[in-house]
Amino acid sequence: MPSGDNAFMTALQLIVGLDQTLVGIVLLSLQVSLGAVAIAAVLGLPLGAAIALWRFPGRGLLITLLNAFMGLPPVVAGLMVYLMLSRAGPLGSFGLLFTPTAMVIAQCLLVLPIIAALCRQVVEDLWQEYEEQLRSLGTSRGRAIPTLLWDGRFSLLTAVLAGFGRASAEVGAVLIVGGNIDGVTRVMTTAIALETSRGDLPLALGLGIVLMLLVALVNGAAYLVGESARRRAG
Amino acid sequence: MRRVFLVSLILVVTLVLGPAKASDQYITLASTTSTEQSGLFRHIVPTFREATGIDVRVVAVGTGQALNIGRRGDADALLVHDRLAEERFVDDGYGLDRRDVMYNDFILIGPESDPADVAGVDSVLDAFRRIAGAGASFASRGDDSGTHRKERQIWSEAGIEPAGRWYRELGSGMGAALNTAAGMDAYVLADRASWLSFRNRQELTLLHEGDDALFNPYGSILVHPDRHRSVKADLARQWHEWLVSEEGQKAIASFKVRDEQLFFPYAQ
Repeated sequence: MPSGDNAFMTALQLIVGLDQTLVGIVLLSLQVSLGAVAIAAVLGLPLGAAIALWRFPGRGLLITLLNAFMGLPPVVAGLMVYLMLSRAGPLGSFGLLFTPTAMVIAQCLLVLPIIAALCRQVVEDLWQEYEEQLRSLGTSRGRAIPTLLWDGRFSLLTAVLAGFGRASAEVGAVLIVGGNIDGVTRVMTTAIALETSRGDLPLALGLGIVLMLLVALVNGAAYLVGESARRRAG
Repeated sequence: MRRVFLVSLILVVTLVLGPAKASDQYITLASTTSTEQSGLFRHIVPTFREATGIDVRVVAVGTGQALNIGRRGDADALLVHDRLAEERFVDDGYGLDRRDVMYNDFILIGPESDPADVAGVDSVLDAFRRIAGAGASFASRGDDSGTHRKERQIWSEAGIEPAGRWYRELGSGMGAALNTAAGMDAYVLADRASWLSFRNRQELTLLHEGDDALFNPYGSILVHPDRHRSVKADLARQWHEWLVSEEGQKAIASFKVRDEQLFFPYAQ
């Protein structure tokens, strides 16, 4: 990768030169973080909605826990996944440690509470608004979930993007479970950490700029999709 | 909107499940930050891969953690630098067939102003005594790495129990420790490879080298397949043997950073 004295020039060189190593790292970063967010959304949205609609003992505790886990330190998440996936751990036989799959699992653990907790809030508000109407139509709570999720899709998109922000920014979890292996599990954040520790600060910051652009791009795309849908929805 | 949603979902799923890494023949090597960050593996692994078709995936951590990864069976081979711990690792049945592979040396780095006046002293023990005597800032790795263990060994041989505001345990890797030392004008014990490939030196400079006590040998160990059945014993042995073979030793010797050789063949 190029290396100079100026971070912005380095970032520009990285982008313009389409550095092969960088392209690989960027693709893997997207693959891991988007994958983690997709899985977390598939699990977290229905989970959040279910907690919003049903009343059961321990619900308050569950909500508190879910909110607290939004602040789960990535290193702790990484450590938990490491111990599970290690050859000496309960899931060791799958041989997943130090693979991108392990990184997806770790980030999923970080993103799931955010999506579920924010979704619960959104759906709960909507439920208060529509409860009578849906009940009068004879809709059960279970049947109401897809309707409510669909109705809250714009707010939920923000929840999912918050999850993506968390996933693409963290370094602690992927470093532990991925091992930052060159060409296999090295992503943007671990590459930045590596270049920082090699004292190549311009390259590290250059990579940081590229990462920020990337995240902005994903958010921009999500915004455009949301806006066009909103307009069509009237 | 539903369609857009579906399309993007499919896109993401293909991205995730997408192109798996080509070569299935690989071993996982737990090694030290000093070897990885210097760029050694990027230099020698392609040669090995060409000769055998086996890829080597390097997880770079401190020696203490590398041994721990080996103990849990999460690596197939180790390349580390702490002779005593390596021998204990083998004696405890976690590894086998420890071999000397290469060496370089530790060096004492410090600010150009050299407040403890260690530049002229004959032995590293005296240098350490002067630093402690002057109460000059010293950045310790504090991470149970090979370099950290060496540093503690020097303190104990110098008869000093380092403590106080001048002695800062960082708990971080070599590069991070050098960054911190540069930031606070502290002395720091480093391995030569990390120092030569380190770019953010600021006021830091090499102040002491060449003492026999600063010898830094690296050893290769195979993780014992009896402990963990998942260990790729055959592939790992090929790597192990290659490292000490003529070809492997030549590859190590030919690795240079800014025209300086970083690791010296040491196979017996």
